[in-house]
Amino acid sequence: MATTNSTDEQVAGSPADEGAAYLESTPTDLYAEGGPTSDPDGDAVFTAAGGDWDDIARDVAALGAERIVVNMGPQHPSTHGVLRLILELDGETVQEARAGIGYLHTGIEKNMEVRTWTQGTTFCTRMDYLTPIFNEAAYCLAVEKLLGITDQIPQRANDIRVLMMELNRIGSHLIAVATGGMELGATTVMTIGFRERERLLRFFEAVSGLRMNHAYVRPGGVAQDVLPEHLDQFEEEIPLLRRGIGELEKLLLESPVLKGRLVDVGYLSLASCMALGITGPILRSTGLPHDLRKDEPYCGYETYDFEVVTRRDMDAYSRLCIRLEEMWQSLHIAEQAIARLRASEGEPVMVADKKIAWPAQLSVGADGQGNSLDHIREIMGESMEALIHHFKLVTEGFRVPPGQAYAAVESPKGELGVHAVSDGGTRPYRVHFRDPSFTNLQAASALSEGGLVADVIVAVASIDPVMGGVDR
Amino acid sequence: MSGRSSGPETPDKQPVVHETTQDPVNAPERTEDQKVSPTHAQESGGGSVPAERRAEDREPVQVARKKGMFGGSLGNDTSGYGGLDVPVLMPGAAQRPYGSYFDEVVDALEAAAPEAFAAGLERVVVDRGELTLHVHRDHLQALVRPLRDDPRLRFEVCTGVSGVHWPQQTGAELHAVYHFQSITHGVRRVRLEVTCPDDDPRIPSIVATYPTNDWHERETWDMFGIVFEGHPGLTRILMPDDWPGHPQRKDYPLGGIPVEYKGATIPAPDQRRSYT
Repeated sequence: MATTNSTDEQVAGSPADEGAAYLESTPTDLYAEGGPTSDPDGDAVFTAAGGDWDDIARDVAALGAERIVVNMGPQHPSTHGVLRLILELDGETVQEARAGIGYLHTGIEKNMEVRTWTQGTTFCTRMDYLTPIFNEAAYCLAVEKLLGITDQIPQRANDIRVLMMELNRIGSHLIAVATGGMELGATTVMTIGFRERERLLRFFEAVSGLRMNHAYVRPGGVAQDVLPEHLDQFEEEIPLLRRGIGELEKLLLESPVLKGRLVDVGYLSLASCMALGITGPILRSTGLPHDLRKDEPYCGYETYDFEVVTRRDMDAYSRLCIRLEEMWQSLHIAEQAIARLRASEGEPVMVADKKIAWPAQLSVGADGQGNSLDHIREIMGESMEALIHHFKLVTEGFRVPPGQAYAAVESPKGELGVHAVSDGGTRPYRVHFRDPSFTNLQAASALSEGGLVADVIVAVASIDPVMGGVDR
Repeated sequence: MSGRSSGPETPDKQPVVHETTQDPVNAPERTEDQKVSPTHAQESGGGSVPAERRAEDREPVQVARKKGMFGGSLGNDTSGYGGLDVPVLMPGAAQRPYGSYFDEVVDALEAAAPEAFAAGLERVVVDRGELTLHVHRDHLQALVRPLRDDPRLRFEVCTGVSGVHWPQQTGAELHAVYHFQSITHGVRRVRLEVTCPDDDPRIPSIVATYPTNDWHERETWDMFGIVFEGHPGLTRILMPDDWPGHPQRKDYPLGGIPVEYKGATIPAPDQRRSYT
């Protein structure tokens, strides 16, 4: 308080007075007025709304009360966004942990119901904002299943989807590792992670025009072809990306500090994973090689060579190892996809059915905007019918026969499922996303109860929840 | 539990309601023969892309009707198609053999829980390469237990429940759709669909069998107002605790946007033009 007072004198009479007065009034004054209040059961209740933690701890200790409830979040740097954890602590030990979610609910599923099927990608790409391509791909696979055109998707479109998804997987894992490191205080891990992700975002921007929220995968194919110069640009970056991931591995894997924090923390057995519906790296950290890319291939994953990474220790450290190793596997798949894209240059990237396909092979104009000049020539100069069809397709959309479908992809976080229902109209009647973050976050209690409060951070980071996906 | 949900109030923003856009006075006369039933127009997707279908399999199940060419209720349809009356036909019950692993799954379920299967299984639908079992809510719990535990089934993972609201399907307005996955048998999937009426929106909770459904059922309660009986703590999860109404229901009022032009209002999204 002495420091505050001296500052106060220097700026006396300035608007900063109010702030200084506020600082002085907390926290001692709050306690001086009321002290600990009583709840109906007669237990003392301390309300920690700011102030020095030591003061509160001293008051609590003086009364001999050891169980306290700490409200961690929704604004907290280590909770990966607006996640609220309600921790009941006995000293340093977590007795009970509950997750409160919903702070980032944006009604995406509801919003999609009043837009066309194609516009739906623009919404769902924003759910889990670290895995936009996966959200779009899962949604489009469901729509294509409803349309019955799964087999008609051009090979090149599938290869592009695979390439984009795998690069997105690397990006998501980089963020998971980076923020996980930051939460432990290792900011270098964070800067390396974000630096490397930038290489991927540059590629995404070159291809789709956007770094995030691409709306790139469309029902029937993709919005835009990948040009050879994009591939050239990215291939130049691959050695650097390799070095960056290697740097992260060297920095993390054998660090005694990191191992001290992560090994045997956030334990979750296979049985618990099954009961809680956990998928992704958490499930694979129990040794079960469950990966939808292998078990239920989509987009032609069965034709790619890669390994499913597993570990057996079921802790946060094995999940970190899995994420790092999966980046190498993704890079391996991406290189195969790039080779295929080089071979299939010029092939269509959108389904042939003109009733569904938006123009997709665009050329970039001088203003940086993509447009299909051939298409424009046709609809504006040659065929009135083509113009009508284009207008109808873009404003009205295509009809999807009634029924329901479930499509799932292996997102970096686990199984991302889409339940899409059509009533035969041009808009989704109902689309439900089974986001892996949402389901996996249920394990937060099981991962952190009985451990230390510091381990909660590690346990939640090992789930890698993204609240945009949890709350949708 | 009342049928209508109440959301944030938007007074004076109701769009004009027209029961029909038909004009019986000025409409041209038609004989019985001239009246064309649009019933089957949709089976081919209304002239659009046909889905994979085995026509012999099904007597489609009608879940709703859509009127007029452009949906909405603003009465601004001048296309002449205002009288269009199209049923929404969902795929109907399939005939054996169902194909793929579906026969095996259905047989195993019947063997594992014969009574619940006989009493509770309403129909088996095979559509777009997916198996859907329509199950009566009273027998849901008795059927999901063997679904998880029986070695022939072993659907260990439930990937959640999703609600669907069909306000026109009287007596079965609310649907809860469960997806199950068997890792043991190499990613087999089965879907269970359970309905409940809006007046009595109760479905037994399956959290005791599939703990993962804890949050999923809370979400479906939050969004659709389906009460999952036996859930350990059925509270709202995404919306604030004191939120009125269940936003993903089709009758949830969305509210329009008043614009500063002679008291005009941009209608709510669900009232705007849509295409039947």
